[in-house]
Amino acid sequence: MITLEEIVFTLTIFALGLSFIEFIDAFKTKILQALAWLRRKKILGPTISLVAVLVFILYLMWAHDLLRVEIFEYTKKALTENWKALILSTSLLATPLILAAVGECINERAGLFNIGLEGIFFLTVVIGVRGAEIIGSGVAGLLVGLLTGALIGFIFSVLSVYVRANQLVLGMGINLFAMGMLAYLLMSIWAFPGIHSVHPRLHIPKIAGYFTPVFFVALVAAILAHILLHKTLFGIRIRAAGEKPEAVDVAGVRIDRIRILTCTVGAALCGLGGAFFSLGWFGEIVKEMAVGMGFIALACVVVAGLEPLLALAIAFIFGFVRALADWVATMPGINAVLPGAFYIMHMVPFLVTLLVVTIFIGRRRFPRALGKPYIRE
Amino acid sequence: MVRLLEAIKGHLKALARPLAESLFALFIGLLIGAGLMLVFGYNPINGYISMLKGFGIFIREGFFDNTEALEALATAVPLMLTAITFTVGMRAGLFNIGAEGQVYMGAVAAAWIGGHFVLPAGLHLLAATAFAMLIGAAWALLPAILKIGAGVHEVISTIMLNWVAFFHVPYLVINRFAGVWAERTAAIEPTARYPILGASLTAVIFVALAACVVVYILLWRTRAGYELRLVGDNPDAARYAGISIRRVILYSFIIGGLAAGLAGASQVIGRPLLGWTLPATLGTVYGLGFWGIGIAVVGRNHPIGGIFAALLFGGMLNGAKFMEYDWRISSELVVAIQGAIVVALAVPALLAMSGRGVRRLPAWLRRKKD
Repeated sequence: MITLEEIVFTLTIFALGLSFIEFIDAFKTKILQALAWLRRKKILGPTISLVAVLVFILYLMWAHDLLRVEIFEYTKKALTENWKALILSTSLLATPLILAAVGECINERAGLFNIGLEGIFFLTVVIGVRGAEIIGSGVAGLLVGLLTGALIGFIFSVLSVYVRANQLVLGMGINLFAMGMLAYLLMSIWAFPGIHSVHPRLHIPKIAGYFTPVFFVALVAAILAHILLHKTLFGIRIRAAGEKPEAVDVAGVRIDRIRILTCTVGAALCGLGGAFFSLGWFGEIVKEMAVGMGFIALACVVVAGLEPLLALAIAFIFGFVRALADWVATMPGINAVLPGAFYIMHMVPFLVTLLVVTIFIGRRRFPRALGKPYIRE
Repeated sequence: MVRLLEAIKGHLKALARPLAESLFALFIGLLIGAGLMLVFGYNPINGYISMLKGFGIFIREGFFDNTEALEALATAVPLMLTAITFTVGMRAGLFNIGAEGQVYMGAVAAAWIGGHFVLPAGLHLLAATAFAMLIGAAWALLPAILKIGAGVHEVISTIMLNWVAFFHVPYLVINRFAGVWAERTAAIEPTARYPILGASLTAVIFVALAACVVVYILLWRTRAGYELRLVGDNPDAARYAGISIRRVILYSFIIGGLAAGLAGASQVIGRPLLGWTLPATLGTVYGLGFWGIGIAVVGRNHPIGGIFAALLFGGMLNGAKFMEYDWRISSELVVAIQGAIVVALAVPALLAMSGRGVRRLPAWLRRKKD
């Protein structure tokens, strides 16, 4: 049954289309001139890409029925009513993101590209808890997570540096392996599928009932990483190893050792973040707990352009948006009015990354030797 | 006749090395799986005998089960298609890991056309399949544009789009295309279902096999395919030869998107899962794109090799449930085994060792030292 509304809608679309054609016809020369100008300035490609991303985001907003005024109202409500709880959950959400992102910043600066962050999260979520249960202390569990991450990073770097493994395939292999291992370990250690709750004795205590100490560890790690990369001789060597490994090699510095060290440290931080999920935050292991977080951390790294302090800020923003998403999802009445809001908010980190890489790709430089094995001649 | 035999011999020779490498990696993967089972107190031999049931081979019981073999084939169908996505990308020098998101989009597109439209029998099936493939390709278009226009690395853009799809499709399922159940799409109309051949295997397998063969012909028997492979093998030579690298990138993304969209459709209109619906949890399509990467790597980035790798892994995945029934070994172990296989295959030197024999290992280590 076709309603009057639909007829009006169709006619409006038709009229809009016609006027669009008219518009193009009228401004044909102007548009051609603009395109030529863009081409001369060598920004035609980026402009088209940017337009494509914006159109894509508009499509998503339209599909999720969000091109409305109410969204501002609800965001304002969410921000003003409950900002304390939001900050608290942001500090929890951002902690693993900061740790993983800062670690990956150091790692990528030296030239290795590890997309196995998600896999490291998955593995350490379980192994950290197991370690804590065996040793009998939550902090020890975090350390076990850290060491597990370090071990994975060490294997990754040795395989990429000495036997020149394809780093992207290797990273995806780690992700796949961990995806299976998470469920397998849950089942074979505690004989219960999908979920395991950690004894409260093993939880990492929170400072003043709010902030977790691991959050401050993450802050310190970010600051230390910044100092390491920008204020020390070793930092210069790390950056040079990613930028021009031949030069560093000629200067008598071992590229292989630098890359193995940075990759191990980076993955260790990621492992600490993974153990934090179960021990410092949820107090239990759920199979889907860390799904997507490793890739958000990767998004932070890309958006931050490998700057640890910037990665810290971006991780905080992405964590905040995710906290807001979870809070909006439980807000009374919102699901009836804006059912798509929850989903869109979960997409924000990924959409922001798409936008930023499109806008800044020319200006934001990545190490030239990133992802390429160094072959000594 | 002699020439034909010579040609076959030459082909087999060229095939022997990649085959040996894949088998070696498979061996390592199974070994790691066995180690994992041993560590946690399971018997690996029992485990693997149960896994063989997934291929239809019941050793202890002493019979061959057709139903399970067909089920293994049905599991393999989407995997060989997502493997194509990665394969075509790799052949063009792109690390296209966007199959996951494109599968979701293809699945929801097929569910929309299949469940919400009334069309004549043959046309409905065709429309749903074609639309799913188109939507898969459309989802692959953005990374292609970003790569060509702004030089954005495809790993970044495809990962981001996978996760956008991960949150976009559940919304569509719940709020736009839901049927009787709130968290699932409407059941596919009988006119849009592929006819069932046995177990959960439908005629979609012929479409999938045809797609693999078409991609093989496209890559190895046409000019465009030659250009695509040249860009992947040697971009500089391709540039000097006057090949448009932009066009190659675009084509490889679009072919990949079409294949991934078909993979998504095959799980919705080509398989009677959950009463011909797509759940909002994405349970029936989750992971297909990621596993496809592993399949493509094991199939040595060849569409035909991908078919065999998919059959192998389809049987293993199907057999995993028997490991769980018989010995309470979590079925996800199979995914971990596949991950280990991929890790093994990522290391070319490791595979070279398998080719040249482990005898040369000491010499190789000595050479590395200086």
